[in-house]
Amino acid sequence: MGAVAHALAGGAVPARSQMGSSLGFHIILACFGVAFAAVTLTAEWIGIKRGDAAAVLLARRWSKVMAVLVAVGAVSGTVLSYEMGLLWPGLMGRFGAAIGLPFSFEGIFFFLEAIFVGIYLYGWQRLPPWLHWWSGMPIVIAGVLGALSVVAANSWMNSPAGYTLSHGKITRVDPVSVFFNASTPYETAHMVLAAYIVTAFVVAGVYAVGLLRGRRDRYHRLGFAIPFTIGGIAAPLQVMMGDIIARFIAQNQPVKFAAMEYIPRTTRDVPEWIGGILINGHVYFGASIPAFDSILVGFSPHVRVIGWDSVPSAQRPPLVTLIHLSFDLMVGIGFFLLALAAWQAWWWSFHRRLLLTPWFLVPAALGGVAAVAAMEAGWVVTEVGRQPWIVYRVLLVSSAVTPARGVPVTLAVILVVYAILTAVSIGVPMIMSRRWRQGQPAEEETEQVPYGPSPAVAGISPAGPASPPAAPTATGGPADP
Amino acid sequence: MSASPEAIGVATILVVVIAAYALFGGADFGGGIWDLLAGNAERGAAPRELIDESITPVWEANHVWLVFILVLLWTAFPPAFAAIMTALFVPLSLSLLGIVLRGVGFAFRHTAERLRMQQLTGALFAASSLIAPFFMGTVVGAVVTGQVPVHAAGNVLAAWTSPTAILTGFLFVAACAYISAVLLVTEARQRRQKELVSYFSLRAIAAGVLTGALAGGTFAELSVSSPHVFAGLTGRALPLVAISIAAGIAVLGMLWLRWNQALGLRVMAAIAVATVVWGWGLAQYPYLFPTSLSLAAGSAPTGSFVAEFVVAGLALLLVAPGFVLLYVLQQRRVLTAAETDADLRQATQLGQALRGQPALAPVSAATRSTTALVLALLAIRAIREVFSRLRRR
Repeated sequence: MGAVAHALAGGAVPARSQMGSSLGFHIILACFGVAFAAVTLTAEWIGIKRGDAAAVLLARRWSKVMAVLVAVGAVSGTVLSYEMGLLWPGLMGRFGAAIGLPFSFEGIFFFLEAIFVGIYLYGWQRLPPWLHWWSGMPIVIAGVLGALSVVAANSWMNSPAGYTLSHGKITRVDPVSVFFNASTPYETAHMVLAAYIVTAFVVAGVYAVGLLRGRRDRYHRLGFAIPFTIGGIAAPLQVMMGDIIARFIAQNQPVKFAAMEYIPRTTRDVPEWIGGILINGHVYFGASIPAFDSILVGFSPHVRVIGWDSVPSAQRPPLVTLIHLSFDLMVGIGFFLLALAAWQAWWWSFHRRLLLTPWFLVPAALGGVAAVAAMEAGWVVTEVGRQPWIVYRVLLVSSAVTPARGVPVTLAVILVVYAILTAVSIGVPMIMSRRWRQGQPAEEETEQVPYGPSPAVAGISPAGPASPPAAPTATGGPADP
Repeated sequence: MSASPEAIGVATILVVVIAAYALFGGADFGGGIWDLLAGNAERGAAPRELIDESITPVWEANHVWLVFILVLLWTAFPPAFAAIMTALFVPLSLSLLGIVLRGVGFAFRHTAERLRMQQLTGALFAASSLIAPFFMGTVVGAVVTGQVPVHAAGNVLAAWTSPTAILTGFLFVAACAYISAVLLVTEARQRRQKELVSYFSLRAIAAGVLTGALAGGTFAELSVSSPHVFAGLTGRALPLVAISIAAGIAVLGMLWLRWNQALGLRVMAAIAVATVVWGWGLAQYPYLFPTSLSLAAGSAPTGSFVAEFVVAGLALLLVAPGFVLLYVLQQRRVLTAAETDADLRQATQLGQALRGQPALAPVSAATRSTTALVLALLAIRAIREVFSRLRRR
């Protein structure tokens, strides 16, 4: 969806599509990198505190899924750092000194995350329970700080700061102002909450499906309840945060805000459009609430809101309908998830047990997909809404794109590769879960996950199905003297 | 205008990180190459298993070295980064493809169930281990020969298809195979697998001789294609080059004489690779692109360099202890993949307990049909609503 959006946005079409599809893919894995550790640690904490074997088993299996997702995320993250240069040399060549800084810090946090994922994943056996729990804590912290670093780079594109330009060349850089630009606190909070919501509702959704299929044991109930609670706490915070950010954007990037809310002219008493398609300046199929947008922006119907007529048409974002509908979709799903959480909380406060009727579980199972859709929609809003600028009011996308030919080819390859990566990140956990369900714990010992110490170093050498333990004398090879 | 001390400092860090990537990433790629050359499923089983076991713990971290190289380059020397990325779009894209396919093959091959699928993902993994270092080599060759235009306006085919660049590509592949074979000798030795020690010793010697020959060839080519770097290598950087050659010969000697003292072999091989990278950096100084773009002209403002020093400091402060911790835990066998007996029993009991519990009744047919009916009614209403709205407009 992001890819299509960017493809339609005109100009550097293939480069935008490639960046769009890469980021749109990576952002989902990044969410798991940021938040999955917290969900897993919560389960382990309950398990240790209450001596609950089911909770510990959940945490253990989640840690294996986490390893797969972090590994795929490392690959797609490497792709992105290449693409920053391959696709946007005009941005990196001119502003790399500024926008590159946050990425350097991200590298450190990713390193830390990878190290502690390894310790956490392979420390289940021999580390004392609480020490093992603490070994997962750095993943949670590094996840949030890593998100802060990457989002700071994106925020800088929305609110460029901390540099001095003379004759088109950066002559001075203030790293602190680059990192903590005006948009950083808002975007970071929004993204970290989004990561928690996506991870929590996707995991809860998986177990909601299991519950719907009649697997109603404690293992599945906990597997649903733990992430759902985390998501349920994050959802109302996110709705509040979204409201604050919308007001910030109305001030900081009024043209983007105008596109989000269908505000053609700067006026008072601006109506709030819900849904609707913009054709030739008319909104069709939409419902409008009179003066409500003014109220949302400034708490009074008489507040003036800036429209897109404030800038020449060449500086307005394209695809206004897409931006508006994406925004509405994101907000709508936000409220949908909030309602689900409130429903469960209401039931729980009276009955002190989980509400597990199909009426609740079907939408809860869809909550994961919905959360991902909301995040992608929000990302379309912020990226397409910034167009035609790559650095807001400083550098146009068209002046940043690579002059090299061949981008359509790499775009096609990237799409194929990402299809494969998607298959890996969904398929591998599915294969694992099928094995788990067959209930043969012995198999878990031979199960290999990317990275972490090799079993052989740890003193056990599992014979994978590919490498039958053939007699060494027979396989000595030509080198055997 | 000469380069600022900060610029020289960050350039030094960059060269050190490149050397680290050459070592660790090289061993990683080399493992894939030996996997590719290990023969059919039966014959290659033992070496493949060793390769697999020694790569698994490190492949993740190796990507991060590469990302650090890219990030350092674009933050500290943005014009050089932009020019390289534009002019060498094709080989860079191909090396990226190699890296990605490697990751895919690696992640899948452990979970693939059927032998055929495992062979396919294994082949993917091995072939991409060949592609990635080769095209990285051509990129370095293009930079060394100064054929990357500072204001690149598109792909420059000639830059990375010059004899020097192609030779450098082959040199990279051979060097990866060499460093990996040496490390695999020590790994096999630690596991007391004598057959594999001699298997990889022979291959390490062969790869070492080939690497030496290719290095000699590239060196000879450089005298014509990049006089500045050639002069640097034979002048200022000569001690480093000499150390590299000496260490390389020492490794070959140790392997030949079966003096397989693990630490000594590793250190010698590491010195051989690292010093030649440092020598290259020193020889190319003070140029980013000899001789068209100097360090001073391609530098970012001081603020960016300071931030990079902070990053390097943080890396030493946070990442290095983390690595040490991981290594110590691994050596003390605290980190294990398998379950202990008690664990297995507990899990089995849990499984039985879970299965023994009467599961709540699955969703009844009545509920299901009611749900379907209500959803259908809602859908019909929604469609009617849409159409009546359309008509009103």
